Amino acid sequence: MNSIESSHVPLVIRDLNVAYQTKVVVWDADFDAPPGKLVAIVGPNGAGKSTMLKAALGLIPIASGSVRFFGLPYEKARHRVAYVPQRETVDWDFPVSAVDVVAMGLYRRLGWCLPVRRKELDQARAALAKVGLSDYASRQISQLSGGQQQRVFLARALAQDADLYLMDEPFASVDAATERAIVDVLRELRSRGKTAVCVHHDLPTVPEYFDHVALLNMRVVSQGPVDKTFTAENLRKTYGARLTLLEEAAQAVERARVSAQHRATL
Amino acid sequence: MEKRLLPAANSLMNRARQFIPIGLLALLLGLLAWLLNRADSPIGHTHGPGETHANEVRVSRRSGKSITDTGIQWPSREKLWRTLTLADYNTRVVFAGVTALGAAGGLVGTFLLLRKRSLLSDTVSHCTLPGIALAFLIGESMGISGRSLPLLLFGATVTGVLGMMSVAAIRAKSRIKDDAALAIVLSVFFGLGIALLVVIQQLPTGNAAGLAHFIYGKAASMTAGDARLIFFASVAVALVCAALFKEFKLLCFDTDFARTQGWPTLALDLALMGLVVAVTVIGLQAVGLLLVVALLIVPAAAARFWSHRLGVTMLLASLIGAISGLVGVAASALFPKLPAGAVIVLSSVLCFSVSFFFGAKRGLLVRWLDQRRVAARVARQHLLRALYEWCESQALQHLGDPLQLLDRPVPIAELRQANHWNLARLTRLLRLGAAEGLIIWNPDSHACHLSAEGKLEARRVTRNHRLWETYLLHYADVAPQHIHHNADQIEHVIEPNIVNELEELLAGREGGALVPADPEKTTSANSDTPS
Amino acid sequence: MNWTELDTWIVITGVLVCLACALPGAFLMLNRQSMLGDGISHAVLPGLAIAFLLTHSRDILPMVVGAVVAGVLTAVLTQAVQRFGQVESGAALGVVFCGLFATGLILIRVASDRVDLDADCVLYGSIETAVVDVARVPRVALISGGLFLVNALLTVLFYKELRLAAFDPALATTLGFNADAIRLGLTLVASVTTVLAFESVGSILVIAMLVVPAATASLLTSNLSRLLVTAMLFAAASAVLGHIGAITLPGFAGRLLGHPGLGATSSAAMMAVTAGILFLLVWVFSMWRDSHGRPQRSTPT
Repeated sequence: MNSIESSHVPLVIRDLNVAYQTKVVVWDADFDAPPGKLVAIVGPNGAGKSTMLKAALGLIPIASGSVRFFGLPYEKARHRVAYVPQRETVDWDFPVSAVDVVAMGLYRRLGWCLPVRRKELDQARAALAKVGLSDYASRQISQLSGGQQQRVFLARALAQDADLYLMDEPFASVDAATERAIVDVLRELRSRGKTAVCVHHDLPTVPEYFDHVALLNMRVVSQGPVDKTFTAENLRKTYGARLTLLEEAAQAVERARVSAQHRATL
Repeated sequence: MEKRLLPAANSLMNRARQFIPIGLLALLLGLLAWLLNRADSPIGHTHGPGETHANEVRVSRRSGKSITDTGIQWPSREKLWRTLTLADYNTRVVFAGVTALGAAGGLVGTFLLLRKRSLLSDTVSHCTLPGIALAFLIGESMGISGRSLPLLLFGATVTGVLGMMSVAAIRAKSRIKDDAALAIVLSVFFGLGIALLVVIQQLPTGNAAGLAHFIYGKAASMTAGDARLIFFASVAVALVCAALFKEFKLLCFDTDFARTQGWPTLALDLALMGLVVAVTVIGLQAVGLLLVVALLIVPAAAARFWSHRLGVTMLLASLIGAISGLVGVAASALFPKLPAGAVIVLSSVLCFSVSFFFGAKRGLLVRWLDQRRVAARVARQHLLRALYEWCESQALQHLGDPLQLLDRPVPIAELRQANHWNLARLTRLLRLGAAEGLIIWNPDSHACHLSAEGKLEARRVTRNHRLWETYLLHYADVAPQHIHHNADQIEHVIEPNIVNELEELLAGREGGALVPADPEKTTSANSDTPS
Repeated sequence: MNWTELDTWIVITGVLVCLACALPGAFLMLNRQSMLGDGISHAVLPGLAIAFLLTHSRDILPMVVGAVVAGVLTAVLTQAVQRFGQVESGAALGVVFCGLFATGLILIRVASDRVDLDADCVLYGSIETAVVDVARVPRVALISGGLFLVNALLTVLFYKELRLAAFDPALATTLGFNADAIRLGLTLVASVTTVLAFESVGSILVIAMLVVPAATASLLTSNLSRLLVTAMLFAAASAVLGHIGAITLPGFAGRLLGHPGLGATSSAAMMAVTAGILFLLVWVFSMWRDSHGRPQRSTPT
């Protein structure tokens, strides 16, 4: 366990409790995002995965517990953190173009009242190019496919040039091209020493895409490197003993084992 | 020492920045107050255009028999000329004021519409009534004239803000949904306002007649001072909109993201709502509290049909608002009987109706044409594929090369049977195909065949279709019996670059055949053998 | 306080109107159409004006027909603008009712040479003048009573359909109850209620009673039948307390402010205000209950 004040750890959550009205959603959660790693948060529906992320960012009030980004409260480390919300949270009919949305990631740096200038637009276009959407920069966002919209959000986070990326279900119902583009971006981020924490729902791809995993079901059941943590036993503890899920988990574990061997032989 | 001071100063600065929108709003309100003072200055006490015109009308003779039964008096030519050329100073000021008001309403309204809070303006406007009545009562009991405009507008602002805050509080602190919160606050505040008005009517000094203007609006009775106030306040509102354009845009699009970025979303929201209150209050006199909401809702909703760019939408909305304002004031100056507010609203609703049908981006006509174009393309592809597949089935039966068999005439009856088309639909499709030069078909004959161009297109369409089928079969967990159905839908939204990608992906597997074999047939053949 | 037979009739009429409005209002709230009441109350003006211009009389029947047509038109047009124009529902309602109200105002103003009709009659209909009637039982009391009985009957008959359509329109439609039709029927009932009620008591009371009692009840219970009963209780309480407030408060406040001899204020408006005060009290109570009554953190078993 890392010290909560340690300034090189991107995200440390201790004893986090979150409640909607009187219903507790996250219960005594401890979570560490190690630097330079890709971290998945997985768990069943309604387990509080997105809630934990949102609470860490101060979007939902915290009942108790503490959250530190690079050893600091969020307000002080804001410029080092980029957030990619779920695609469904915004109105995609909004009259803005893709490059406008990406430029929103630069607003804070611009400051009050100053309009977006050519420099920011160029930066936004560069971020769009990284996710393979250069040709779509001036399209209105409702004319993009779901996967492209997700990539626009990703580009907005990239434009912020942060050290920690928090992504809420970036792989949810996206096409194969987008999935590949996101994975490429994640790996590129890792190669530059950045950290990414993704809420993830697709168990089979966890070993392929991520280095670390946190299994969450109201509380963090287990967390650590994928090959140690992503075991059938832990998955059973997280998801319960439902048959289909166990089957799926067994497959995922098998794949994790194979890919671990594969990595070992390399 | 410095080291300790610097962070402190920084955090102070940070905290100060949080209050910039509120500061701007305070500035706006300050300006408003100053103008209110000016409005009462002696210059303001000239006659309003409505009054002078009314006198003129009384002198002018009534013309036009056919419309006498409507009770409308047509203006004299001289008056028409004087109004339209803005000969009077008062007319000029009133025109400028109401036009600016319409423009400001369009700007604020666009943000409000995108924030999905359009009806908040309705609630706010109703909430101003108790404020007006209370201000009147307090003014009377303190010996000030209860009809002093600054006092009444101040009261309106206070209860307007209070109503807005109540909606926000109910929304944040209870399970009550948005629309119910709006309706509750609206009805209770308006009820209070009416209760107070009834009391005022009983006061010995109180003559509530002046207050009624605030309910229905009376642009014609505005003094030059009032109009100047409206003009400058509208300009101030527009300036705030321009200054906070980027911030409001982010707030309306993605509030959560704005919060994680450290924008004070609550303060920004309050600033936006403050602008709504400002427009409502300054519009009270011209349009009346029952219709002032239209200034905020209708132009914005109309402009939305024309553009996918926020800046353009806002400019259009303010233009529509300004024109409506202009039309309304002109109408009420020329026909003193017509209520200016209602004419303003009707002209903007007219703009809305035109936009609704003919808007360039989201209008009904454009969308209908788009839909038809897609339907036509789908039908054409369907026909070409049907022709191709028939030729292919012949090739399979006769073991020939399908490409050579494309020249064959296809019997219409078999085409119909294979695709469950009715005759009328098939005939229409064939006629369209023939018109495009893809098919050679004589309406009298019972067969048709593909033209040279049609052969190429049919091959392309069929190939495209089968690529998708194969893709779905190999890459997605779609049951083979559903594949045909799904591919039919997906291929119609497919982009060319993805097609290329698929071709590369599948060329190897399918042995590089130009048209890969129909996967439905191969899978059914495969599934038959093992069991 | 001088309680006369007139006051009794005002209270009886008020209670009946409030009860009649609270029932459809609860379903409007569940359908998230609460602002429709406000919209309809504005939008009926052209209906009234046209009915008036056509028949040259202030008979109740043509007026009601005109108003109901305008009310239903509001709902239908709003739906159309929302669906075909992809306009957000609130804005769609705003456009429609503003347009209709403006049309009505112009019609009335243009025709005002010949007719004695002004927009105020829509806004400030008053129970006080309505119950002063030649008959033993005032006509408004009869109308409101009938309205309440019909609404109660409809609610009982279509209880499960209304609940289903409000909760899950898609499921309702697949089960064979057309959710759109049910909603349109609800709108129709709401329009008739609005029109009939404000002909006698003024629109403000109707707008308030369509939403406030139901919203107040929803703070206390989430069970639909309990919600309906509670809403009716609050509606009736608002009517009684509102009238008492209307005849006592102005005199009291007048003595404080140095204007003795102030008479009663509008009972309808005070009933709306009372409903608001009751809402405020219940809201504060429910917030207090949420923070103290139940444990903040339930331990999972």
